[in-house]
Amino acid sequence: MPHDHHDHDHLSPSGHPYQPDQDHTLTRWQAMEIAMRELLVEKEILTAAEITQTVEAMDRRSPADGAQVVARAWSDPEFKARLLADGSTTIGEMGFEAGAMKLIVVENTATTHNVVVCTLCSCYPRNLLGLPPDWYKQRAYRSRVVKTPRKVLSEFGLDLPDDVQVRVHDSTADMRYLVLPVRPAGTDDLDATALAELVNRDSMIGVAQATAPE
Amino acid sequence: MSTLRAPVKVRVKDWFPPGHVRTPFFLRGKVGVIERELGPFHNPEELAYRQKGAPRKLLRVRFEMSEIWGEDAETPTDTLDAEIYEHWLEPADAT
Amino acid sequence: MQAHSNSRNVTVMEHDNIRRWHDMGGQPAGQIDLDQHNFALWEKRVDALMVLTSGKGYFTVDGLRRVLEDMGEDTFETMSYYERWVQSVNQNLLEAGAYSLEELSTKMAEVTARGETYGDCAAGGE
Repeated sequence: MPHDHHDHDHLSPSGHPYQPDQDHTLTRWQAMEIAMRELLVEKEILTAAEITQTVEAMDRRSPADGAQVVARAWSDPEFKARLLADGSTTIGEMGFEAGAMKLIVVENTATTHNVVVCTLCSCYPRNLLGLPPDWYKQRAYRSRVVKTPRKVLSEFGLDLPDDVQVRVHDSTADMRYLVLPVRPAGTDDLDATALAELVNRDSMIGVAQATAPE
Repeated sequence: MSTLRAPVKVRVKDWFPPGHVRTPFFLRGKVGVIERELGPFHNPEELAYRQKGAPRKLLRVRFEMSEIWGEDAETPTDTLDAEIYEHWLEPADAT
Repeated sequence: MQAHSNSRNVTVMEHDNIRRWHDMGGQPAGQIDLDQHNFALWEKRVDALMVLTSGKGYFTVDGLRRVLEDMGEDTFETMSYYERWVQSVNQNLLEAGAYSLEELSTKMAEVTARGETYGDCAAGGE
């Protein structure tokens, strides 16, 4: 029974398909969302347009934004110094809006490896990286990474030597954290755009290193 | 109470209240070092209940894993940093 | 302090240092599941409603978290992230007086009557 769902086959602004649950039976929670949204618009608390714009704005945010910041930090030592001193302000230089987010950038080195978690909920630098991955919000990661970070990292495929200190950051309050991964070897000739391609999302949370160049 | 700044040694209070607090259970009673001051922020314990008092001083505190987990620590010299509000902290003894 | 056994046969001190369920750092847990779902439009809308209405001062992210915590551990185990968020945003908006339960009830019934699927029932607001 074909319906003209105007958004049925469309991709989201980020290019990812929406879950195909538009055609599944309405759930109570979906009904609640629709009802809340319509009430808020009827009461002129929100407009339909700003709701759409907010959905699309969040969709446009992705780890590629954070990757650009990292690539610039790798290429520009003075930018990096400003970034480490004041993350929120410095990403503004590249046109990224921190908004209410207070960003702290922590740098991985040959002797220090940083990893970020929110044990109490799911705080994440959304304004720079987009929405957090499902695993970041789940019990297993939140519980275990603060007690056995090295074991957790090895489950992600990252084994750290004994002479590297692990620093775990628990986002308990207003700060949000971005890990500045180590610049891979053999990348001296790469420009910022090429460097950004090596910066994967997991390396900015701290559960992976940046990708080695081909 | 603004004697708390880097690198003062602090202990997290042994408070166990009900309700919305942002001091993790695993840090209660633990001793760490102030890594940096973060400035004033409104207290989530009040905001969560639709109250808004005066801003409180927020600090990043660094703990050694050995301090937090004792013999269970995976690597004793690894560290954990958390943001803790000033009213949850007291100066720790030098020893 | 008197020790006694509670209904779960756990010794509980009178002034027990209860860990709240959501405060899970350091607790034993199993394998990390790396599965990732694509966000549904309704989920992104819930997120947007949270961002917008908290941005307009109806509640704070602290209130969002407080309600999520008070919803209890069972909801964490049985409901998805945005299923819990929509309930928390709703609770917070009710507490803020943005709309009433009567209005919500009426609207939810109306929405549900429109059809079978999300696509059928989600009128307006692309």
